[in-house]
Amino acid sequence: MASPLIEIANLKKAFGQNVVLKDISLQIERGQVVAMIGPSGSGKSTLLRCINLLSIPNAGRITVGEQTIEFDGARTTLPSERSLARFRASTGMVFQHFNLFPHMTALRNVMEGPVTVLKTPKAQAEAEARALLAKVGLLDRADYYPDKLSGGQKQRVAIARALAMKPTVMLFDEATSALDPELVGEVLNVIKGLAREGMTMILVTHEIGFAREVADQVIFMRDGVVAECGPPGVVIANPQQESTRAFLGRFKASSEAASSSNNVVTAVA
Amino acid sequence: MDSVESSSEPKSRSQLGTALLIVLALAGAWAALKHFSGGALGGGAGSYDWDFGVLWKYRSLLVSGLLYTLLFTVICVVLGLFVGLVTGLGRLSSNPLITAPLRAYIEVFRCTPVLVQLVWFYYALPVLTGLEMSAVVAATLCLSLYGGAFYSEIVRGGIISIDAGQTEAAKALGMTRLQLLRRVILPQAFKKMVPPLMNQSIMQLKNTSLLSVLAVPDLLYQGQVIAHDTYRPLELYTFIAIAYFAVLLPITIWAKRMEFGSGPKEV
Repeated sequence: MASPLIEIANLKKAFGQNVVLKDISLQIERGQVVAMIGPSGSGKSTLLRCINLLSIPNAGRITVGEQTIEFDGARTTLPSERSLARFRASTGMVFQHFNLFPHMTALRNVMEGPVTVLKTPKAQAEAEARALLAKVGLLDRADYYPDKLSGGQKQRVAIARALAMKPTVMLFDEATSALDPELVGEVLNVIKGLAREGMTMILVTHEIGFAREVADQVIFMRDGVVAECGPPGVVIANPQQESTRAFLGRFKASSEAASSSNNVVTAVA
Repeated sequence: MDSVESSSEPKSRSQLGTALLIVLALAGAWAALKHFSGGALGGGAGSYDWDFGVLWKYRSLLVSGLLYTLLFTVICVVLGLFVGLVTGLGRLSSNPLITAPLRAYIEVFRCTPVLVQLVWFYYALPVLTGLEMSAVVAATLCLSLYGGAFYSEIVRGGIISIDAGQTEAAKALGMTRLQLLRRVILPQAFKKMVPPLMNQSIMQLKNTSLLSVLAVPDLLYQGQVIAHDTYRPLELYTFIAIAYFAVLLPITIWAKRMEFGSGPKEV
């Protein structure tokens, strides 16, 4: 069997006295879509941010594709800034609040990574950026500044911006939580399209229904540990643990209430 | 005709304000002149025989003083901006060995009067260091460092006002710290810095008047020399005040424009 594309081994992260991740180990195969769910404060966003080193783990090992980076807990062996940057460039991150660069047009936002980091020639970067904007359905908004775009459009530009780096894996940190309910669908459709193309993705999400639909694997996190992990048919439909059942129970109740009034699956904060 | 009117519509308010300001300034100057010349016709007990005519003889001195003032302002603003940018960025470091001395520098220069600093740089520093300095060098050094301390805070404030999400997004793309500063943070921060930097630069121009205490031949110094020569201090200081005003008013109006220009693009 081929080695997994992403491997996380014995990852630990603490903010001061507050231990957020306790010895996490995970393996993700190429082309898999993994949904991370769980109550807020369970460490799922921190885990995602550790995978692209926006949060520096205290201990453990992370492998993404060809690159492996190790942390032994001592400050002296912190990886160099350059190696951190190189590692991050191979992962695409999509944020809850989009974080588009407001002083650049949608097109320039998408070109920025390739031009500045990969030193791609401008003409080539522009052609690729236009293709990506077309892919997320926003080619006609190429010359708009972010403040002239809706939330859903901003997030689709942000997805195109992350894709422009040709990442090994795409990470979504509650990508639809800040959107108005009627705009959630357009973003989820883009993510669904990426899943069909075989993009490896990790989604931190509150959209249980969506997780069930697109994920190959669901990870339920609680108190800094992976409480349950498996295909959605098991973790969501037939959870083994009491805490998972309790968490999902609340969701089922609220999403049923919501779907009785309209057929949009609402995100619950 | 119609198109001209409609296109100037959004600007007309600020243009009206500017025009009003200029009219008021001119009216004030005219009233003052009329009053001064009228003094000769028989004012009150303290009547003084105003005579601005004597200034004409000294026009080349006054012009050279004004040029000195402007030259000093430009040099001290440019050097000060450089010092402010470097120290402002340095203060964002997480290393206290860098931030502590910078903080000390900024507080020393912000918390002592600039006149005291000038005198100290000229008289005390050479004694301490053994380096002889001309008045011009001492003044340039002092005013640049003084301005730099204030610019530094403006630069730092502008940078930390940028949302942390911008840094994260740039890092996530694989940018190094220098790249994200140059491509993402500074272009956004700079827009916010322009109005306060302008303000501080206007202060710098006014501060150059303090150079006269070190016998640097700026506008105020030349004025004092002429006043001693002619026994006409009231005319001289009136003229000098008007000269500073005439230089700074257009600059403040222009700065206000810049402020409005950069405003709506934000958010």
